[in-house]
Amino acid sequence: MKLQLSDEDAAFREEMHTFFTTQIPQDVRDTVAARRELSKEQIVASVQAMNAAGIAVPNWPVEWGGKDWTPLQRHIWHEEMQLANVPPPLPFNASMVGPVIAAFGSQEIKERFLPKTANLDIWWSQGFSEPDAGSDLASLRTTAVRDPSTGSGGAGEYVVNGQKTWTTLGQYGDWIFTLVRTDPSVKKQAGISFLLIDMSSPGVTVRPIELIDGGHEVNEVWFENVRVPAENLVGEENKGWDYAKFLLGNERVGVAPVGSTKRTLSQAKEYAKTAGPGGTSLLDDPLVAAQIADLENEILALELTALRVVANSADGKPHPASSVLKLRGTELQQAVTELFVDLAGPLALASGAGEGSDVPDLARVATPNYLNFRKASIYGGSNEVQRQIIAGTILGLRG
Amino acid sequence: MDFQLDSEQEALRDAVRALLTKAYDTSETRRAVTKQDPGWDDKTWRQLAEMGVLGLPFAEEDGGMGAGPAEVAIVAEEIGRVIAPEPFVEAVVLAGGLVAAAGTAEQRAEILGAVAEGGLVPAFAHTEPASRYELTATGVTASGSGDSWTLDGVKEPVLGGARADLLIVSAAVDGGTGLFLVKPDADGLTRTGYATFDGGRAARVAFDDTPATPLGEAGADQSDVIAATVAQAQIAYGHESLGAMETALRTTTEYLKTRKQFGVPLMTFQALTFRAADMYVSLELARSTVSWATLVLLDASTGSTSADEVAEAASRAKLQVSKAGRHIGQEAIQLHGGIGMTAEYSVGHYMSRLTAIDHALGDGRHHLNRLVSTLGDHSVVDPLP
Repeated sequence: MKLQLSDEDAAFREEMHTFFTTQIPQDVRDTVAARRELSKEQIVASVQAMNAAGIAVPNWPVEWGGKDWTPLQRHIWHEEMQLANVPPPLPFNASMVGPVIAAFGSQEIKERFLPKTANLDIWWSQGFSEPDAGSDLASLRTTAVRDPSTGSGGAGEYVVNGQKTWTTLGQYGDWIFTLVRTDPSVKKQAGISFLLIDMSSPGVTVRPIELIDGGHEVNEVWFENVRVPAENLVGEENKGWDYAKFLLGNERVGVAPVGSTKRTLSQAKEYAKTAGPGGTSLLDDPLVAAQIADLENEILALELTALRVVANSADGKPHPASSVLKLRGTELQQAVTELFVDLAGPLALASGAGEGSDVPDLARVATPNYLNFRKASIYGGSNEVQRQIIAGTILGLRG
Repeated sequence: MDFQLDSEQEALRDAVRALLTKAYDTSETRRAVTKQDPGWDDKTWRQLAEMGVLGLPFAEEDGGMGAGPAEVAIVAEEIGRVIAPEPFVEAVVLAGGLVAAAGTAEQRAEILGAVAEGGLVPAFAHTEPASRYELTATGVTASGSGDSWTLDGVKEPVLGGARADLLIVSAAVDGGTGLFLVKPDADGLTRTGYATFDGGRAARVAFDDTPATPLGEAGADQSDVIAATVAQAQIAYGHESLGAMETALRTTTEYLKTRKQFGVPLMTFQALTFRAADMYVSLELARSTVSWATLVLLDASTGSTSADEVAEAASRAKLQVSKAGRHIGQEAIQLHGGIGMTAEYSVGHYMSRLTAIDHALGDGRHHLNRLVSTLGDHSVVDPLP
């Protein structure tokens, strides 16, 4: 048992801290610190700065730009990034489609997509959920029917029809990775394939969904007789469910948003120091102080649990405790966004205030952020799904 | 940061587990033991002594094993797993720890050797009816000079106070709180013992011009020693609670798998299994914080963490355990239903023990209050020193 980082890991932490606080465009970090939405250009600039330094996709195989880091080093990379107000690399590229292509794609498909995916030259969207396939993802109904008579090289084309939904930032997407039904005659999990689709193809329509915070973050994506070259299939036909499970389960570093939640709480505490009547400190209010101290302690417990999980993750398989991190991590993330609204008090109502307003910006964004982060306990396997996994896989309680 | 035990530590854990699960094979055995004074089993205590467990944290020259906080944590956790009533944390870690930290070389050799051998069970007489969780003494006062001192006042409740072979008493001295040794047959000492709700024992201990020997330097303020030793005991209690919470959860999940109602096992009902999942989350988060506190304490021996950092880590652990213990204890009973209310069944005793530990050396609210007092000193809580 040992508390301190090794000299090597301590130096690594320092190196990451220096990189993230000096090499990422300042306007990106300022926008994150202001809890405002990043533009597409800002996200791309941030990823490309990381990729230029070779640290945008450390979880990938080394030959495709990954790093031979220990799980602890990847954890440190992820934490230092968030503490420095740097947005993590676009998850659709870095944590989702990239690892799937690297693990299951042909050499040709890897060469075609992986370098551009790492550098965010291609912006990927995720096409998994459907209106009738949420937590029950395997019941998806978008179909891909092979037409062997067309396309180049005799491989034929898939003709795709259906609707995807909750496609985050799909308005920026160049390509979309989808789960499509290629065999309707077998058990629902066995007839699904993993198909890459160019979003500029005829028949693809992206429609915005406005959310409760007034923002446009997610979309519906419609496919009407979209013709997709068969070479865009990843791996084998009808094995898509296995790849999807790999995708959803292969990340355990960064499952819990520890660094960003810590940073937001620290920001809330700083804000509280002058948010009382007449500019007094709300930290002198015992109820506020107790709530913040308690949240700090809960986040510490979460961070230490994340460290325990990464320390025991040598085998590369999903750790069941990842569900604990996702569940508790999003609960705390939401609790801190809620705290910010309470600290803003009546100023939380001024969400629409623009220039000339006397309300501090952090108070204006408090409620939209609070509303927006209700999503966190729903996406990535809802927290009820996580409880199901803990009860079933860890505790052996199978109904 | 490395939470793994080494092979020697694993061997210690296995040996203590084997001993204690044999001694407390069923909750009925524990119940029978706790019904008789002193509330714990002399044979088990001697076996722990033979294994070296009772001298674990003391220096070898004082008759101990020279082990550290990690080994103490392992033993405490095993005690908690079967809620063994033997006073390991109270007598060895806390009372023994005070002698180790404050005692003269002679006192240490004489007392700690005997504690390690199992022949002397000390108790720390500190809590006063009006002191709540303060670490200073006000209700018991010391007067005298040199080696000749007397004590006056009342300590209550003193855990293990009636059976103790030696009392280590905190008392007000000029300029602070001193520590004194009082023998059980001292003049003017009255001990009135009683049972506590968790099967333990406590006592009202009254001093009336009672002769006492200073522990360490005569008349000196020992507040720092008390604070440091109490922090160690708080962390050890955290581990004892982890063991108890783990068993309470395991007992509950076993029950959900086997108990049938409406013709099906209880685990068929998601309303119940989700609550068990939440208990697991509470346990794992508490385990992380408590284990980390032990790492912080480990580093104190090399000077890389300060006494204040250890005290803060102990408060963080105690707060997390207080919340987790209440959650897991309450849910363990609720998910069992009526059987969980009975004295014959084990799970209620686990809740009782968790409740007792919660209110020894500061409950969650007390420690939250301590954390509030330093809230403005840091921007974020960094687990690394």
